[in-house]
Amino acid sequence: MAKIIVEVMLKPEILDPQGQAVASALPRLGFNFAKSVRQGKRFEIEVDGEPSMDAINKAAEVLLSNPVIENYTVRVEK
Amino acid sequence: MRIGVVTFPGSLDDRDAQRAVREAGGEAVALWHGDSSFNNVDAVILPGGFSYGDYLRCGAISRFAPVMTDVIEKAKSGLPVLGICNGFQILCESHLLPGALTRNKDLHFICKDQELEILNNKTLWTSDYQAGQHITIPLKNGEGSFQCDDETLNMLESEGRIVARYVGENPNGSRNLIAGITNERGNIVGLMPHPEHAIEDLCGPGTDGLGFFNSILKAMVK
Repeated sequence: MAKIIVEVMLKPEILDPQGQAVASALPRLGFNFAKSVRQGKRFEIEVDGEPSMDAINKAAEVLLSNPVIENYTVRVEK
Repeated sequence: MRIGVVTFPGSLDDRDAQRAVREAGGEAVALWHGDSSFNNVDAVILPGGFSYGDYLRCGAISRFAPVMTDVIEKAKSGLPVLGICNGFQILCESHLLPGALTRNKDLHFICKDQELEILNNKTLWTSDYQAGQHITIPLKNGEGSFQCDDETLNMLESEGRIVARYVGENPNGSRNLIAGITNERGNIVGLMPHPEHAIEDLCGPGTDGLGFFNSILKAMVK
């Protein structure tokens, strides 16, 4: 059984208020290492057999991400 | 004049939209998200709410609801469609309108009366207003920040496709204070604030919202 990992991030030019909120919370808690934070989504999809990368990429483009504001990456974990 | 209002699982403002249609003198027709097609309506409203729980992204799953296949096809061939709030998000996810709606810049859900300036009164949904007219209607959403790339923004500005802008402080981080936009043809309008909640003096901030519904009914009589 393989696991497909799809990670979706807002494009760099799109405002990410959630990431900014995390970035401002970190130093309040004494973590002073962060220059900036971007927050995204990660999908873990279990599949039987060999997945079709075409179908996965299509699903990532059509449903899992909105290409107007987000980029995605796909990889397979064996 | 029959105006269809789609109810998705999680729609909140479908009844108010139907009521606004009737208040303007039209006949409201309830459409169901699971219908594979519909006929005999002269326009469609996608109402506000949290369709399909807004899981994944707002409007992302609703876009694939059976009824949307017909809405998208008919909208492309000229059927007047108004998307309010969640409906605007669905129109963007369907790529009937450019851009996308993201989390409000301060991450809070906003619920307040909002002043808008109507910029484009040439659309089927805004012809009852004067260009430059200021109106006040409720704004209530968590993901109302209109975002798009620079090229799209320049196109919307230069083609006069920004229907309404927020007046005063930017409530949610929308680019260029955009509250609503239209497509090239002017039959599809997406609007983040809620005109259907401002149609009677008894409740809400007044009757400024009625113009959207009067506009479409007048446009269809012509």
